[in-house]
Amino acid sequence: MDEILAQVFQIGFFAAMIRIATPLIFATLGELFAERAGVLNLGIEGIMLLSAMLGFSAAYFSGSLWLGVLVAIAAGVLAGLLMAGLTVTLGLSQHVSGIGVTMLCSGLAFFLYRLIFGQPSTPPNIRAFETVALPWLSSIPGLGPVLFDQHALVYAALILVPVAAFVLRRTPWGLALRTVGENPHAADSAGVSVAATRYQALMLSGALMGVAGAFLSMAQFNAFTFGVISGRGWVCIALVVFGQWNPWRSAAGALLFALIDTLQLRLQASGVVNVPYQVFLMMPFVLTIVGMALVSRNARAPAALLMPYRKEER
Amino acid sequence: MNEPTPLLAMRGICKRFGAVQANSAVDITVQPGDILGLLGENGAGKTTLMNILFGAYSPDEGRIEIDGRKVNIHNSAAAIAHGVGMVHQHFHLVPRHTVLENLLVGRKGKRGLLDADAARRRLAEIGRHFQLILDPDRLVGDLTIGEQQRLEIIKALFAGARILILDEPTAALTPQEADGLFDALRAMAAEGMGVIFISHKLQEVRAITSHVTVMRHGRVVANLENAPEVSRHRLAELMCGRELTPAVKPERQPGRVLLRLDRVSTREPGRTNLAEVSLDVRAGEILGIAGVSGNGQRELADIVAGMLPLAGGTLEIDGTPVPGPSARRMQALGVGRVPEDRMVTGLITSLPLSDSMVLPRIGAPPFSRRGVLDHGAIRAFVEDQIGRFGIKAAGPDVRAGTLSGGNLQKALLARELAWDPLVLLAAQPTRGLDVGAARFVHDLFLQLRDRDRAVLLISEDLEEIFTLADRVAVMYEGRIAGILDIGDADVRTVGLMMAGAGGTA
Repeated sequence: MDEILAQVFQIGFFAAMIRIATPLIFATLGELFAERAGVLNLGIEGIMLLSAMLGFSAAYFSGSLWLGVLVAIAAGVLAGLLMAGLTVTLGLSQHVSGIGVTMLCSGLAFFLYRLIFGQPSTPPNIRAFETVALPWLSSIPGLGPVLFDQHALVYAALILVPVAAFVLRRTPWGLALRTVGENPHAADSAGVSVAATRYQALMLSGALMGVAGAFLSMAQFNAFTFGVISGRGWVCIALVVFGQWNPWRSAAGALLFALIDTLQLRLQASGVVNVPYQVFLMMPFVLTIVGMALVSRNARAPAALLMPYRKEER
Repeated sequence: MNEPTPLLAMRGICKRFGAVQANSAVDITVQPGDILGLLGENGAGKTTLMNILFGAYSPDEGRIEIDGRKVNIHNSAAAIAHGVGMVHQHFHLVPRHTVLENLLVGRKGKRGLLDADAARRRLAEIGRHFQLILDPDRLVGDLTIGEQQRLEIIKALFAGARILILDEPTAALTPQEADGLFDALRAMAAEGMGVIFISHKLQEVRAITSHVTVMRHGRVVANLENAPEVSRHRLAELMCGRELTPAVKPERQPGRVLLRLDRVSTREPGRTNLAEVSLDVRAGEILGIAGVSGNGQRELADIVAGMLPLAGGTLEIDGTPVPGPSARRMQALGVGRVPEDRMVTGLITSLPLSDSMVLPRIGAPPFSRRGVLDHGAIRAFVEDQIGRFGIKAAGPDVRAGTLSGGNLQKALLARELAWDPLVLLAAQPTRGLDVGAARFVHDLFLQLRDRDRAVLLISEDLEEIFTLADRVAVMYEGRIAGILDIGDADVRTVGLMMAGAGGTA
């Protein structure tokens, strides 16, 4: 047993965990902003996939990773706009619209990939983001290698959590967003445009999901594969509920999920435990469900989540 | 002529929705210091007019002037910018946010951040000035209805309102809370603000307003100066356009107990719990239940309807104890139910009227035989009821949701009374109904009383209870605060009991 633990928790375990958590944090916060404004963004899985693919392609052809990230963000914003058009302007069902956006974006990602790259025998790859060791900080024993020798986007994700919490809590825009998600009538009568706020929230939501996708195809991996997202978007939906719509708790949920995911990867690789590898793959998802069942009994969603807002209705 | 420049003038306002002319050539004026009463039945066009003033609709014709200058109000933000504030009947508040957050929403920040300090100072200022005091850090969900309304008014003042619109502001207040509200409104008028007070409680309109505009069918039918001097009767007639005789309640000796609750308690998470509620309603008696919304009236209604389990105590209908909750059994025992939320648990608004009207008995003859619906029988029944109750509906097949509030309520009553219930449970039966329809409902209750039925009348409208009930029970925090014979009760005592100030049973 000690042997297994030693194998699993070797140096780099927690650094890997933070890396695995990063796209989850981006996408979870993206989903959180949308839901706090009252829109469930089920487009998440597709938006992440399309952004991963377009970001990768842009980086592949331009040679600039940051241009790739920008393209991924732009794709996310556009998909967020589409989602807003369907759910806000047209007032359609958020479930159906979201699943539609996911299917459209996924299909588009596969189609464009084939159009651009054909069916290569070895998938094209890029030189992925490298880690940026922060001077001084990265040499702190223990903590340094885990937190301060990471990709630039990892730092961004870690900073984004307090920023998101602060924006929601302390800025007029954040309060407007929360009010729109709780009682759009109250927002409207206070002179806040419900539609504009929801559009902004969905565009931001898409942008963050775009960064998540870009991180997966350009930092965590160095290529785009069709399974690059493989359900991570759906996990983020669960993480928002798990985190009770709070940025800190949701990010903690992302870290917890990443911990279990890293653990299962290490156990798989260690080959010490003789179990089919699918069981390991399953672990984070099973624990997500268990965690949800435990925590979300008391969770209360934003009161206006899933409700289209029409002025004339009283 | 040197009329002072009015604070607000709406001139020649016309608004049409499809075939309905909601407002035609409506004029109103408010001078600084005025409290204008806007009276009218439902559908008279008051709400449309106020929504135009607050920017929710744009008028087809006509103009709005503030301080003598024409203004365009396209949305609520523009209305607020022009100093118009509105307190809606259904509060526009976020229960999970604090008082302060509810005030700050929509306000510009300071250097990109919410300016909480300035808001606290302003809140304290308004509190001192108008006696409208609230703790900025309390969650709105924890406030009483009266306090929530206070917050709505503060919100409007906070946004710089000089013209304040209040839509049915006293509907859910205790009489004492209403008095406090009136004091605040008078203080605002004394400062030169204008107040528009929409109500159908004639007594209040006479007490608080300086003049009254009466609307009917989208038009102004009367402008009355010196509202306090106009009789209630005259106001009512102007509102509904015909004479109204007061309802008569003959003396009656109540008979045997038809509904008995003995020390009934409930334990449901997230709801007000009843604590040892005991009451009797006898044949030929109307028992009124008064109380501020949320003090257990809903739970009491659900117990009697068989929709909530008892955690303790017993419930008897005409001497038969009822073991567990079952809406069907209560119906079979002779309980008719007119629920508070008639659009939710009363009728199914998205289905044909006929479906809703037979739903409680849909599984039994004559409406179905061997599990198959008999549409002929259903149709005949519904058509018969439509005729008997004078329900204005094109036919049994129209969607229930297209009926007006009064006609929906008639349809519900028709359904429940068709099987001659022993006990009628009626919650807020005339809420949102106009004078004519409310009168129809009241007459029905008095007829039931004449026929030795028992009526449990749950109402937040004290005038209604004092008109109809033989006895009044006041609920406070899930308990019966006291039961009084109506002859011994007065509005003040009942109001104090509603506020939890105790009373004698």
